[in-house]
Amino acid sequence: MAAATSMMPVFGHQISPKNDLVPDWTRQEVSTGTTIMAVEYDGGVVIGADSRTTTGAYIANRVTDKLTPIHDRIFCCRSGSAADTQAIADVVTYQLGFHSIELDEPPLVETAANLFKASCYRYREELMAGILVAGWDRRKAGQVYCVPIGGMLVRQPVAVGGSGSSYIYGFMDSNYKPGMSKEQCLELTSAALTLAMERDGSSGGVVRLASISEDGVERRVILGNQLTKFSTH
Amino acid sequence: MEKHYTDSQVKGVSTGTTILAAIFDGGVVIGSDSRASIGGEYVSSKTINKVIQVHDRIFCCIAGSLADAQAVTKAAKFHLSFHSVQMENPPLVIAAATVLKELCYKNKEELQAGFITAGWDKKKGPQVYVVSLGGMLISQPVTIGGSGSTYIYGYVDAKYKPNMTREECMQFATNALALAMGRDNVSGGVAHLVVITEAGVEHVVVPGNKLPRFHDE
Repeated sequence: MAAATSMMPVFGHQISPKNDLVPDWTRQEVSTGTTIMAVEYDGGVVIGADSRTTTGAYIANRVTDKLTPIHDRIFCCRSGSAADTQAIADVVTYQLGFHSIELDEPPLVETAANLFKASCYRYREELMAGILVAGWDRRKAGQVYCVPIGGMLVRQPVAVGGSGSSYIYGFMDSNYKPGMSKEQCLELTSAALTLAMERDGSSGGVVRLASISEDGVERRVILGNQLTKFSTH
Repeated sequence: MEKHYTDSQVKGVSTGTTILAAIFDGGVVIGSDSRASIGGEYVSSKTINKVIQVHDRIFCCIAGSLADAQAVTKAAKFHLSFHSVQMENPPLVIAAATVLKELCYKNKEELQAGFITAGWDKKKGPQVYVVSLGGMLISQPVTIGGSGSTYIYGYVDAKYKPNMTREECMQFATNALALAMGRDNVSGGVAHLVVITEAGVEHVVVPGNKLPRFHDE
């Protein structure tokens, strides 16, 4: 019997917090510490995000796509816990698709936003998710809705989210003007994301952009070495 | 939208604040907001001046615990005037910054205050130094500090250019302070700006209703 017990591996001791063999990041939750942004323009919306997913100090994915399609003309930008936001997005995609089939017409952006809000608010204690819902529909054209942690819902002409967003509030307040064109919105978004990525350790990689309008969705990527260089000091 | 708990663990009255300093062609602008609060719930002063003169052409801005900052600047003023008498010359800006740094570093366990020192001296012209919480000292052409500074990192990175004119730099500093005050609830009031050049020192106060307004206000 002594031989049998000694054959059982002692797992508990090997994976203790003080053990150097098991790196720190294996015990951290995967988070999209991130920077996301969405801007309305006349005729559609522009959305953007960085591409870094971290587990503690390790970058689990440096080319993440945080711009998730929910329907043909509706996208969401995800920030917070990667698992939570993926799960919520899957649920909402299903709900919205079903609703759209019942209605026999494309769903409204406001509907998608409300579905996000319903999940985020009901399970607010368990979830850590900050989401921007943006898209185009025939009734109200381009719309951006913000569903931050806690489950509030508010429509804004321009919204930012994620850990890197704090650093660009000033830039956004001073550079956003109502009535900008699609190109100007794309410039503003990529500049703002670049600035945030420079300052926030949890944001980085490439800048992913998408513009959504009646004509469809156009996606583009700006690689790290193609980003604007601001005067650094 | 994650919260940044930069100043909320400070005991007593805190200058949850926004401070900045920037070098332009021929001088330096140093500025701050004017709000002092207790824990972000009560504004204990709407018009406090956080830009303290430590010598003729050297000013510093305080962030963190107001009591600590006042005690340190008082000690620094004394050291600096004594030093200046000994040297028979106006002190260098780096000397002022070093005095603050020594005090912050030696007493890092008890203190909770950070400083931006800016000024003009004959040896190196306009300079800006930042002494952070633990007592690190570095020199930068432009620097921001305080709880409100997180919101204007992007703006400052994008808008600051070396060798601006005096007017451009004043506008830049006023805009940056206004933007930070617009987003940070523990920064507000008026904008205090001090322009330091070889010729002298000018103190400009921009009251709340004259601050630049941005699209959503």
